[in-house]
Amino acid sequence: MNIHEYQAKQIFKKYGLPTPKGIMVESVKDAVKAAEQLGGPIWVVKAQIHAGGRGLGGGVKLAKSLEEVETLANEILGMTLVTHQTTAEGKLVQKLYIEDGADIQSEYYLSVVLDRKLEMPIIMASTEGGMNIEDVAENTPEKIVIVPVDPAIGFQSFHGRKLAFGLGLTDKDEQKNMIRFASKLVAVYMDNDAEMIEINPLVKTGKGEFIALDGKMGFDNSALGRHPDIAEMRDLSEEDADEVEAAKYGLSYVALDGEIGCMVNGAGLAMGTMDTINHMGGTPANFLDVGGSANAETVAKGFEIILKNPKVKAIFVNIFGGIVRCDRIANGIIEATKITDVNVPVIVRLDGTNAPEAAEILKNANIANLIVGDDLGDGAAKAVAAAKGN
Amino acid sequence: MSILVNKDSKVIVQGFTGKEGTFHAEQCLAYGTKIVGGVTPNKGGQVHLDKPVFNTVDEAVQTTGATVSMIFVPPAFVGDAVMEAAEAGIELAVIITEGAPVKDMQMAKAHATKHGMMTIGPNCPGVITAEECKIGIMPGMIFKKGNVGLISKSGTLTYEGANQVVKEGFGITTAVGIGGDPIIGLSYKQILPMFEADPETECIVMIGEIGGDLEIQAAALIKEQITKPVVAFIAGQTAPKGKTMGHAGAIVSGSAGTAAEKMAALEAAGVTVVVSPAEIGAAVTKAMAKISK
Repeated sequence: MNIHEYQAKQIFKKYGLPTPKGIMVESVKDAVKAAEQLGGPIWVVKAQIHAGGRGLGGGVKLAKSLEEVETLANEILGMTLVTHQTTAEGKLVQKLYIEDGADIQSEYYLSVVLDRKLEMPIIMASTEGGMNIEDVAENTPEKIVIVPVDPAIGFQSFHGRKLAFGLGLTDKDEQKNMIRFASKLVAVYMDNDAEMIEINPLVKTGKGEFIALDGKMGFDNSALGRHPDIAEMRDLSEEDADEVEAAKYGLSYVALDGEIGCMVNGAGLAMGTMDTINHMGGTPANFLDVGGSANAETVAKGFEIILKNPKVKAIFVNIFGGIVRCDRIANGIIEATKITDVNVPVIVRLDGTNAPEAAEILKNANIANLIVGDDLGDGAAKAVAAAKGN
Repeated sequence: MSILVNKDSKVIVQGFTGKEGTFHAEQCLAYGTKIVGGVTPNKGGQVHLDKPVFNTVDEAVQTTGATVSMIFVPPAFVGDAVMEAAEAGIELAVIITEGAPVKDMQMAKAHATKHGMMTIGPNCPGVITAEECKIGIMPGMIFKKGNVGLISKSGTLTYEGANQVVKEGFGITTAVGIGGDPIIGLSYKQILPMFEADPETECIVMIGEIGGDLEIQAAALIKEQITKPVVAFIAGQTAPKGKTMGHAGAIVSGSAGTAAEKMAALEAAGVTVVVSPAEIGAAVTKAMAKISK
């Protein structure tokens, strides 16, 4: 789960990590009010969306008067922001963060993230703040400092020293400030089961202090249960409505561009099914994993979500029953045809646990439009043919 | 022969008396797995599925001599359960539970390693040595005995792969579902050499996915150490670009972890890479025909 910059900064503040003063608003009127309250003389008007690259996309701008705050708030609020991290359609800006301008002497990059190979979090830092860090990694990898932190020992001063010297900080106070900042940032990461924290830019002020000018945070969904305060920060308007709806029923759904709706159990087989369709000259309309506890209701819901997409010309149900029992899926398909108007061919391939019973159920149900696939290859071929009108 | 487990492996179940634990322990017993007991705190002394229940893993190990644990406890308790097993002297923990916090798994795996315990999973179908020992949630009837070793990140693709191998007239030595979480136990790198050393395994099916770089590491190892034919499939060639907010993850792994990248690395290592899981069976048949020549 991801959160907004203003929310990340609320968490930073709790841990004593310096951030500029700011107020989140949802209207132009409140934006001006917030600016008045902050006092100025310089403000930053920032679009709040779950994506990086906002500045380059025109979603972060500097204002030198209240009038300018109003103009910019008007301009940014309601705009559709396209950055290299959003889709081509971009994201609608519904929230703004009005922030005090900061005294910037130099900009850094700082993040904490899990290194899957080392199996522990690492602190990653660079003197190339404010830049696209992927480009830094590509062009000047020597400018990136990486310090792994073994959770068994936690953050130690030496971690901080490696970071400070790695960034070329020579002033002792600045070194101390950096060590303190990194220590608190690691605490934020560990305490809250974060998946990643990224501050770009982290700025050094004229006084040699470090301030988080930005803040991105993502969390381990599996750990949200023990962080109700974080779970509450979820902004459903930033997520795809169909995906959210599907998740309520234990379905994992991602919309794609193609014509063949897919309903599969298990993420791996779901991807493998999409790959097979693609390989046979068809195009998958979605990824849909019905999960391990599929029943009639969830399968019916799956059909409903798939059929919402007008591009869908055929549906391929591919189930290899392990924990999922095929007879349950078969009943779900029958149920779905009663609840939803399934007006496209449905190709069904059921294998594994209780597959013979499932075949019997489907046969007796006598559903028009239903085609049986013998195995993965056969089912995919039939789905591709059906989508092409054959 | 086989790898990791066989008909003599003594297995306990952590989370024995819960709904999932009970259902799957019953299935494993029916398959022939030598389950010698289970652990559920405060239910010690009871008998469940005709097997003794213990309060702690220590007690279970001392009383039954178990060396393998199958873990079904709820996600929030997985880390704790793994570390308890490690300290009790369990040699292999198979973690079935889905949704264990990543931080817990970092700690648990580090602790397991320290105590010399191997782990499989979490969030995986488990491990099965055909017609001898099933530790997990896979449908046992698919896995007929034979000479093909199988290793996969994905549960249902494990079944799909095994089913095709059997339909082609071959069978499985051992199949291992390693799971696809950010932190997992045994991976390709450890299991491929086990298959190489197993005299009964003649061919290996390896199923991977997009994300991370375990398959790239596997490719390097195959090139150096594996002489048996390997058939591979990488799921996710058509998957959309991941919806990530920061960039840090991709940079750390040093690669984007795309299917194309992994397929190329495996091909360069001499692996037969198929573009669809529907082609696994035919590719195995071809590989086996070459061996018998």
